[in-house]
Formats: sequence, structure tokens, C-alpha cells
Amino acid sequence: MVEERVRVALFVTCLVDLFRPSVGFAAVKLLEEAGATVEVPLAQTCCGQPAYNSGDRESAKRIAEKVIDAFEGYDCVVAPSGSCAAMIRCHYPQLFADDPAKRARAEALAARTYELLSFLVDQRGLCRVNARWLRRAAYHDACSGLRELGIKEQPRRLLASVEGLSLSELRGAETCCGFGGAFSVKYPEISEKMATDKEADIVASGAQAVLCGDLGCLLNIAGRLSRLGSSVEARHAAEVLAGMAEDVPPIGVPR
Amino acid sequence: MQLQARDFPQNARAALGEERLQRALSRAPSGFALKRAIAVERLPEFESLRERGRAIKDETLAHLDFYLERYEENVVASGGKVHWAKTAEEARQAVLRICRSVGAKSVTKGKSMVGEEVGLNACLEANGITPIETDLGEYIIQLRGEPPSHIIAPAIHLVKEDVAESFRRAHDRLDAARSLEEVRQLCAEARAVLRPLFLAADVGITGANFLVAETGSSIIVTNEGNGDLTQLLPRVHIVMASLEKVVPTLEDAATLLRLLARSASGQEFSAYTTLSTGPRRAGDEDGPEEYHVILLDNGRSALLGGEFQDMLRCIRCAACLNHCPVYGAVGGHAYGSVYPGPMGAVLSPALFGLEGSAHLPNASTFCGRCESVCPVKIPLPKMMRHWREREFERRLGPRPYRVGLQLWAFLALRPALYHAVFGLLARLLGWAGAGRGRFRALPFLSGWTGARDMPAPEGKTFHRLWTERRRAR
Amino acid sequence: MSEARDEILGAIRRALKRGPLAGAAAAELSERLARHPRNLIPARATALDDESRIDLFVRMAEEADATVARVDNLAAVPAAVAQYLAGQNLAPEAAIGGLDDIPWGETPLLLLKRGPAAPEDAVGLAPAFAAIAESGTLMLVSGKDTPTSLNFLPDTHIVVLRREEVVASYEDGFDRLRAAAAETGEWPRTINFITGPSRTGDIEQKIELGAHGPRRLHIVLVAGRENG
Repeated sequence: MVEERVRVALFVTCLVDLFRPSVGFAAVKLLEEAGATVEVPLAQTCCGQPAYNSGDRESAKRIAEKVIDAFEGYDCVVAPSGSCAAMIRCHYPQLFADDPAKRARAEALAARTYELLSFLVDQRGLCRVNARWLRRAAYHDACSGLRELGIKEQPRRLLASVEGLSLSELRGAETCCGFGGAFSVKYPEISEKMATDKEADIVASGAQAVLCGDLGCLLNIAGRLSRLGSSVEARHAAEVLAGMAEDVPPIGVPR
Repeated sequence: MQLQARDFPQNARAALGEERLQRALSRAPSGFALKRAIAVERLPEFESLRERGRAIKDETLAHLDFYLERYEENVVASGGKVHWAKTAEEARQAVLRICRSVGAKSVTKGKSMVGEEVGLNACLEANGITPIETDLGEYIIQLRGEPPSHIIAPAIHLVKEDVAESFRRAHDRLDAARSLEEVRQLCAEARAVLRPLFLAADVGITGANFLVAETGSSIIVTNEGNGDLTQLLPRVHIVMASLEKVVPTLEDAATLLRLLARSASGQEFSAYTTLSTGPRRAGDEDGPEEYHVILLDNGRSALLGGEFQDMLRCIRCAACLNHCPVYGAVGGHAYGSVYPGPMGAVLSPALFGLEGSAHLPNASTFCGRCESVCPVKIPLPKMMRHWREREFERRLGPRPYRVGLQLWAFLALRPALYHAVFGLLARLLGWAGAGRGRFRALPFLSGWTGARDMPAPEGKTFHRLWTERRRAR
Repeated sequence: MSEARDEILGAIRRALKRGPLAGAAAAELSERLARHPRNLIPARATALDDESRIDLFVRMAEEADATVARVDNLAAVPAAVAQYLAGQNLAPEAAIGGLDDIPWGETPLLLLKRGPAAPEDAVGLAPAFAAIAESGTLMLVSGKDTPTSLNFLPDTHIVVLRREEVVASYEDGFDRLRAAAAETGEWPRTINFITGPSRTGDIEQKIELGAHGPRRLHIVLVAGRENG
């Protein structure tokens, strides 16, 4: 474990903010346990990905500048989402490719921005957590985290230390669930087919719960699971790792 | 009946409802993708080869004019002829001229995506020349009057029952009571039917996987041997290739060939990799007497030096199709373009215009699997995003979507307003959804709720709760 | 030359923001073509001694559904061919190219016909130019005595390969070819890299052998005394 306390700014992400604050608090708890001082800049909104991926590069740039301002001065920025973290890490510098001054600031932010679970393992040296959850679970690798940030082993390593949790590998764990942001409403039938295939793989794995590090995918997977009448619960891995899984019902289940 | 790219959503919907198509597509994960993974696993140098492959292609593109001129010089030196074609029409006319010069009645064809791109078959037929596709997949879809649905496996959207029906209809002189239940029987029948057509053809047309500047050779990679019979038996061999197929040396070709077979079909090497250089030599007892190369631009030179240049690295292995979940869900025809899947989503707007193909670069979740398997590391999602930018600039997208996006950006730039609106939304939705914990239908979001529930928010936003708890401390 | 040619080359140069390459820049690229430097070659075959390289070739060729018979010397080739044909229930007849130094006459039951393959020929018999251990690939070249049709028209393709022809990589094969071409002054019209028999997976991705080319590829590997 790294000793000095780092000042971490939590990038909450818009979906966690609106749908699932518990993921944010789980992230805070995990970060604090890993020796970080966590702050939440109030000037944050969204990373700009909806605009960026829809071709509205100008809006994406303006939003990115706001984010860069809001997260100035922290040692690290951590998001409980590989997708948002990758937006800042991989895409912000590209947005300002032709503006050296802004690009330098974007690169500085990119260099200290991390996805939560990989931050805990790779930056804080966390090997195990103090949590207990009696479930058979499967982990779905969210695409951005997996392919843009190389997140694969980190969540599995941490989840392996949860007492009572047995993790089974999902067939097609690396196959997209069909969320894709606006894709899911622009091409709903294709998205549905992909989510249905994901549901089938989850059911075939025999898992009681499906875990993931991105709320976007989880809303999609949970929504499809419940529409198909499945009782498999869907959760952000941070809730389980923070020992908070018993405090809140699974995604899409009433209190 | 050819589907249009502009109708992608309707095409996709129809494709999802076709039982046989879905059955055919469901084989994909255990087919090409799995075989590729095994082949890559066996070659420790694969990642380094990808890097090298990219570098070879980039270096070639940076000096494309030089290598094309050297390539042409060497074709001519070996007795062949190069015909430059700016457009599809020029390419078709060049082929027609050659065919007419030898009074060709029938033409055998090896699989050529450039041939598909320029619509060669229709042109030949309209001019009284019979084109015969000889790749088994291409032959099947030619019988069915369909375009290919995949760039290396044109009939991948079909099941064997479809093929049997097509054969019974087309081969109507054969015994109607024959069994065509097994794939083996279908292959044997195609072989028997095509063999005399190979022997009778006046001209053979193939594509090219690579053109080698050093030697003036064209290279085709096949498994069936149809390409070889096509270019060996007729009097005239025509190669149709696009500009970016040129590579400097045989060594460069060897590196790319190592990537190609593994990425495409998971083979260590395809059954037949054939280099052709000019027509038959003075002492040769077989081989074509004439060797022509149609060198097609058709919009490619315009991609050089711009944000889509990387697409010219593509070696047409189809790994991006084989690993694309969207392609896997709807198949190739839904794209309504000669080039489907991720590579087509980038290439089609460039070759055929953005207006008609704007859906294609949008029909991606940006899952990034295409880029991760691309043997020459083409940043496909990035370039699809560039097309979305062009689309946005030109206001081609649906209006409600653009308005929604602007509203979102407006809020995202105003944190106080954003938090107020989100706070309200969280409370409203949290209250409305408290009973079931999810919604089965929501206004403005029928695209989402048509297929899945929308989990309800917990009731307060994170920011609200965070501020409350901070105050309480 | 043609108008299209000039326009295409012009468009390329405009896009690359420069004129035709000349002087040092062109000389450097010409030198690259003349020197044809090797890229990364997988270590799989390059690091092996002769015997292991041949073994690798055999293993890879068999994996690609070719069959391999090893014989001690050239004199044993006719009997090996006759034996293979008998084993496949094929008539002892073949269209043959090259392979003049093999004493065919001593196996009187084998009926050989020189020249390109005709549609009715069931067996094609041809010499390898080289073989690539890395992937079990044969390299055959067209020439006066080696018509390409032998490799594709007959149902059964038999290739005679000598142990010293087995090289590690495609690059080694190309170097041999460059050396041979320098001697004869002629680059062959056709170079065939052949890995196993013809196949297709075009129907339901199910692999079937013998799509349009040979259904069987049999390699007679003349191992020489070293194999003794």
C-alpha cells in the first residue's frame, strides 16, 4: 500500500449522479480506505462524451474545457466508469490537437485521470478489500475500460478477495452489451439483440449477479434482464467491493 | 434486390427477424473469430507484426505515387499492361475494351471486391458478355442475384438449405432427386458445374490482395484454387486492383501475408498464395497470353493526406466484420453497401458519399473490438466519429436528436442549472419509479423502453446527497 | 501516358502536398526496392537446425491436410508415388513436369505424360522450388518444364521436395528465387505458395477439401542419406 495521502477528485459521472449515487459513495469509501482524501468538485457535470460521439466536436471541446477547469489542482481524478475516464484520458488530448496550450492542459489532466478499480490496484497497490457478499457472480468487461484503458485483471483481482463471492467467467465477457450511449436509442432493435445475447450468456453462466464497472452498461443489462423476467441482479462492482451491496437493492429493484 | 445504406434501420430490423439469417450469423463466434484467436495465440510475434504492417502501409502511402510508377514500370517490363482508372466507369470501360479486343463471350471471375465496387458484372451482362463467379460463395450469391454480405465470405448469411434451393433452381438439368443435404454434396456439385466453365472462358478476371512495386507482381490469396484456375486457363488475365494495394517489396508482402491469413480466417497461411507477373513466358506451356491490370482510384487519392488516410492501410481481411457485434447481429446486407461492417462504415461514405451512408458510421457502439483486431491498426472508431462530425456539421442527422444533444450540451456547460435540473429529475423519476424500481415505458425514451426497462433513480442525486452529508458533519 | 494516369498521380501528389519525388528522396526509395530489406520474421522456423526445420515443415504441412511420405533418395520416388496412388485407389498415371533426374523408367507400371495438365488428368506430379517450414507451405514456380496447370487441374497433386529445398521463411524462398532468376535472366510468370489441398468454408463456415483445386496434396520428401 502506498503511504502518502493523495488528494483525489471524484468524477462522479452523470449516470451515477442521477441514477445510482450509491456507486459514488462506494467509490469514496474505497478511495478513502486506499489512503486518499476525496473531494467532489461541484462544478462538474458530464465528460462531454454524448456530444463527442455524436460528432458535435465543438460542444465536446467546450465541455472538456469546463472539466479541465473544474479538476485543476488535484493529484488525481478518479471516475467509477471506464468510459468517462477513457474520454478524459484518451480523447481530451485529441480534441485539442491543434491548440498547443489547451492540449498541454488536456494532457496533464489525462495523465492523472483514472478509472476507479484500476486506480485502486495499479496506483494504490490495493490487493484485497474488506467485504463480504454471498453470491455467485459474473463480471462483464465494459468496452471502453477494457480496450481503451486495459482494465481486465484489476476488478477480478479485487473481487476475488470478497469473502463469500465466487466469480465465474462469462462467455463473451468482452463482447459489447449493446449500450453504446445514443446507439441504444438510435438503433434499438440491434441494441436489444446484443443485450439479449448478453442476457443469455449471463444466464448460462449460472451467476446470481452480474457485475461491471460502468453504469451505462449496467442500466442496459439490468433493464434487459428485468424485461426478460430474469432474477439475476446487476450491480456496479464498487458497491460489492465497498461492502455496501447489502445496503442498497440491485439496479432496477425497489427498496 | 439490393438494399440501400440509407435504409439501414429498416434493413437491420428486417434482418433481425429473418430466422435463417440469424441461424447463419450465430455461427460466427465459433468460426472466424475463434480461429483467429487461436492463430494469434500461436504466433508470439503477432503484435510486433501488426506494428510492422502498419508501418509498411504508412510508408507506402507516403510515397504512393513513386511506388505506383515503379510498379507500372515492372508490369510493363514483364510484358503486362496497366490501365489507370479514375472512376468506376473508367474501370468498367477498360475491362470492356479488353474483353471486346479478344471477342470474349464468357469471363470467369475470382472474388474481387473492387469488381463488386465498380459493378462489373452488370456492365458485362449489359454488353453481352457472361460473367461467371467462381469463388463458391460468390457463385452462390450470383445465382441468387444478391450482393456479397461479407468481404471474404460472400455467402456467410446463408445456411446450406438456402444453397441447396439455389442449386436446384439453377442446375435444373441435374437429377431432381439428387441429395443436397450435406455441405460436401453442395461443394462437389459446384465444382462439377464450374469446371467446364473455367475451361471455356475467354478472359479471367481476378482481384489482387497486393501489388508488388519491386517486381510488378499481383498477389491473390485464396483457399479454393478458383482464382488460380481463373487466371491460368483463359487467354487473357485481367487484375482489378485499387491504388492502395501496392507494397514496395516481396518482403513487405510477406509480412502483410502473415497478418492477412491469420486475421481473416485464422489460418497459418491460406491454401493458395499466388504471385503473377506478366503473361506466359516464351517457353511456358500454359498461362495467359495477355496480362492487364486495372488500377482503380475511385475516391481513394482524395483520402490521402486527410483524416481518413489510415483507412487506405486496410488489407480487406474482414477481421473487423468478424468481431463486430453489430455486423454479427444484422449481417452484411443490412448495410446496403459493397463494404459492410466497421471497415465499410468508414469506407462507404468516402467512396459513395455521406448523404446516403450516414447511418453506417453511426451504427456502432464504439466498443472498439474492430480496432483491437485490425492487423494494420486502423483506428476505425475514431474515423467513424470523424464521419459523425461531418454529418453534424452538415446537419444531416435527425432533428429531434440534434436538438436533444444541444439541450444536453447547454446544461452540461452550466453546472448550477445542470444540478438543479438533475436534482429535479432524480426526485421526479425516483418518486415515480419507487414502487417497481424501474419503468416499463418512458416518454421520449421509447427507443430504450421498447426493449428493456429503465431502472429508476434512487431519488436524490449524488451531488445533493454529498452536499447534505458534508453539511451534516 | 494516359490522361487518367496523370490525373491520378497528380491527385496523389496534391494530397501529399509535394511534386514528383526526385533526387535523394527518389534514390532512397529505389535503394529500398533494390535492397528489399527484411522485416520481422517469426522465430518459429528461423532458429531451427536443418532436421528440426524439416520436421516443422512436415508437421505444418500435415496440419494443413497435406500428406507427406519421406523417402531416402531420388531413386525411391517412383515407387513412393506408385504406392501412394495405389493406396488412394487411383490409376498409376500422372501428368508430370520437370523431375527429369528421377529414374521413372524403373517403375514400369507408372504411366507418365509430359506437358500441361489436361482436364481429364487425375494426377499432377511436379517439383517444388522450395518449401517454407514456418507454415508448411510449398513454393512452386512456372517455367518451361513446370506448367502451372499441374498444380490446379488434377484432383490429386503430388509434389516432390528435396530436403535442401526446405527453408525457414517466405523471405528465404524469395531470395532463392531472386538468385535463380539472376541466373536465367527471367522471373517466372507464376509463383504458387501452396499450403495443403484446395478447400472452402463458404457454406456455413464448414471446411470442405477440394473446392476447385486438388482434393489431395501429397508431398514426397526426398530426405537423402542424412535421414538414413
